Amino acid sequence: MQISPILSALRHHKAGTALIAMQIALTLAIVCNTLFIIQQRVAHLSRPSGIDEAHLLRIQNQWVGQHGDYAPLLAADLATLRHVPGVVDAYATNSVPLSGGGWSTGLGLKPSQNGPTAMTAIYFADDHTLPTLGVKLVAGRNFRADEISDMPALSKPTPPFVIITRALASKLYPHGDALGKSVYVAPDKPSTIIGVVRRLQAPWTGNFAASFSDNSTLVPFRLITNGTNFVLRVRTGQMGNVMRTAPKALYAANRMRVIPDDDGVMPFSAIRAKAYASDRGMAILMAVICVMLLAITAAGIVGLTSFWVGQRRKQIGVRRALGATRGDILSYFLTENLLIGMGGVLLGIALAIGLNLWMVTRFEMQHLSLWYVLAGAVALLLLGQGAVFAPALRASRVPPVEATRSV
Amino acid sequence: MFGYYLELAFRSLRRSLGLTVLMVLAIGFGVAASMSTYAVFRAMSGDPIPWKSSKLFFPQIDVWGPASRQGGQRGDGLPADMTYIDAMALMRQHRAAQQTAMYPILPTVYPDDPAEKSRAVPGHAVYAAFFAMLDVPFRYGSGWSSADDGHRARVAVIDSQLNQRLFGGANSVGKAIRLDGHSYRITGVLADWHPQPQFYDLANSNAFGPADQVFVPFATAVDQQLPTNGGMGCGQALPGPGFAGVLSSSCVWVAYMVELDDAAQVASYRSYLNGYAREQQQAGRFSWPPNTQLRDLSRWMDQMGVVPPESKVSLVVSFCLLLVCMVNAVGLLLAKFLRRSNEIGVRRALGASRAAIASQFAVEAGVVGLAGGVLGLLLTWLGVAWMHGVLPRQIAVLTRIDPSLLWQTLLLAIAATLLAGLYPILRATHVRPAMQLKID
Repeated sequence: MQISPILSALRHHKAGTALIAMQIALTLAIVCNTLFIIQQRVAHLSRPSGIDEAHLLRIQNQWVGQHGDYAPLLAADLATLRHVPGVVDAYATNSVPLSGGGWSTGLGLKPSQNGPTAMTAIYFADDHTLPTLGVKLVAGRNFRADEISDMPALSKPTPPFVIITRALASKLYPHGDALGKSVYVAPDKPSTIIGVVRRLQAPWTGNFAASFSDNSTLVPFRLITNGTNFVLRVRTGQMGNVMRTAPKALYAANRMRVIPDDDGVMPFSAIRAKAYASDRGMAILMAVICVMLLAITAAGIVGLTSFWVGQRRKQIGVRRALGATRGDILSYFLTENLLIGMGGVLLGIALAIGLNLWMVTRFEMQHLSLWYVLAGAVALLLLGQGAVFAPALRASRVPPVEATRSV
Repeated sequence: MFGYYLELAFRSLRRSLGLTVLMVLAIGFGVAASMSTYAVFRAMSGDPIPWKSSKLFFPQIDVWGPASRQGGQRGDGLPADMTYIDAMALMRQHRAAQQTAMYPILPTVYPDDPAEKSRAVPGHAVYAAFFAMLDVPFRYGSGWSSADDGHRARVAVIDSQLNQRLFGGANSVGKAIRLDGHSYRITGVLADWHPQPQFYDLANSNAFGPADQVFVPFATAVDQQLPTNGGMGCGQALPGPGFAGVLSSSCVWVAYMVELDDAAQVASYRSYLNGYAREQQQAGRFSWPPNTQLRDLSRWMDQMGVVPPESKVSLVVSFCLLLVCMVNAVGLLLAKFLRRSNEIGVRRALGASRAAIASQFAVEAGVVGLAGGVLGLLLTWLGVAWMHGVLPRQIAVLTRIDPSLLWQTLLLAIAATLLAGLYPILRATHVRPAMQLKID
């Protein structure tokens, strides 16, 4: 296929050529960036929490009317919950993964260290925590029941020992020998690491904890305050029942409590959906825009090429009469589109990178991987070829006799 | 003439129906995508108190020093909240026209009827000036007095929803409400008031969270040891146990808002804040030079990230989509207009001026734009409805279609199409009549 006659023909359609190229360039720039955003969101929302979410239920509870001694209430409620049919195990804590609120602190390796070695989420835990959550120990042991002590609200925690996640362990002790070593949760008293768990996500899913999302520390305390989160492990298939019966059992045992109507009783599937609602929304929105964009660009190419074919019926007829085959005509239009497409794609790559750089500085985006740009470029060239195929095929069916007709 | 051009436009649009439909679809989708994301953006970024936002300021003081900012936080890294010590010092010195310290509370409301469930209601502990500063509307009664602040009176302001639930919507001023086991006298009932974003305490509360239902005096809440329902950031361990420990600690948890009526007041408050920080440095409390900030409401909303970057990114991306649609429309209009070069040639040869040709095609582009706009309206409506399912609920309820959005959608569509039509119209007016007539 000769390229120079195509180029000289395009010179007569400068505006149309430029418009198609520009459309391809803009589409490439936007599609690369939206696909990149989608990929980031999906990666973010499919991060594992490390807990057996399918079997877990959270109940937010606040005791009212009493002041002071919440320890017996906590013990009584846990006993009540563990006896609800369908409940395998239960524990009480300050916060859970994906809940969005919790306690973070810096950990040091030396007493009163200046600046922390690692940030971590703090979860209050007892001997039931790991079995309830379905979190696996990779080293060391769980807390024992006699090691759990009471901690009133607003006091400083000085845990004698802690269980930490593997991610945190390797941050604190990069040589993999964290077990049995000390870490400073309180500035002045060391805590011994007695266990390491495979994975337990911090409560926050936003930017706040992006740098320490898998760093969690379990401390052997019961938080003695007026509000608590109960986490229940539920037998398979019993979630719906337990969601109804567990709060009823709590109210039957003691009416003086508040369990919020809207989000007081939530299975982890709902907690996850809520935590990642904006990520999912963003990914879907970007996908819709991407599809719309590709459709509009393809339609634009079909429209303009059809117009060109209509304009050039006579020339096509002449070429056919002079011996060009249908294949020649078809490949003429396909090559023409490929040339325009390549011009557009080159411009588009520059635009894609420019747009990304601008969004990096303005909206805390990350840098676009070049693979997305290349994949997008190939996709748009293919889209162009696909879009041009129908009008090109119509052009190839123009009969040679067309050459003899006047317009 | 306009009527004739309109007729010509319809005839021409009918003749190449495929191209017309394509253009209308492109404009419609482009406009709808832009306007739907704009509706979300508008809902989140709107000025919640336009008549006063330039007079409300939010001071910040560097109480933890530069060492606390090693992690590389967003913005300048100053705590958004104040310590109780600093908030109380600023309140005592009373240098702004009006000011209030505040913190979010979640007291339990006990019903008189024992068959009813108790409920935790969100609210804020504030100073008397709060209601005047924000022009809070009252249905019954009013806020409490500064004297009530002074002697820690057990008074409360409730919102109309709580008033409806507890008192059936009747005037409850003077009646008692039981919060966390103590009785408070109601001094006022709010009219419907739920500013969104909830701007007065961005430091502690979700900007799109539920409405505050109860307000009590700050000093009373501290007296009653009502715990904060917001965050508490502590740089160091508490100096002592319990609530008293928190009050004397360097933990930041109290939000602070001041009203400054003109530039002179702003400048003098700024130097006052710096002076305060310098005093603290001289007193040995801070071992670093004064570092303070004073932002007005719109800068404060920016700083606190009220509109998440996602929302801005989707707005940018959808306007890029509209741009592609416009480029698309330029190409298609060009094809459409130039296809009729003969007709243009004949009209020009018969004496039509370039302006006449231009207005003929402008009418045609306008018709496409209008059709695209109508389609865009329909699609925007669908888009917003769809977004209600996709967005987090508290933002979805804010995103709505109103007359101004409808007008903007139509205008955007027509403006975009006419803009896209400029070049094709220019080309059409430059068709040389002689050339066309010769070929024929």
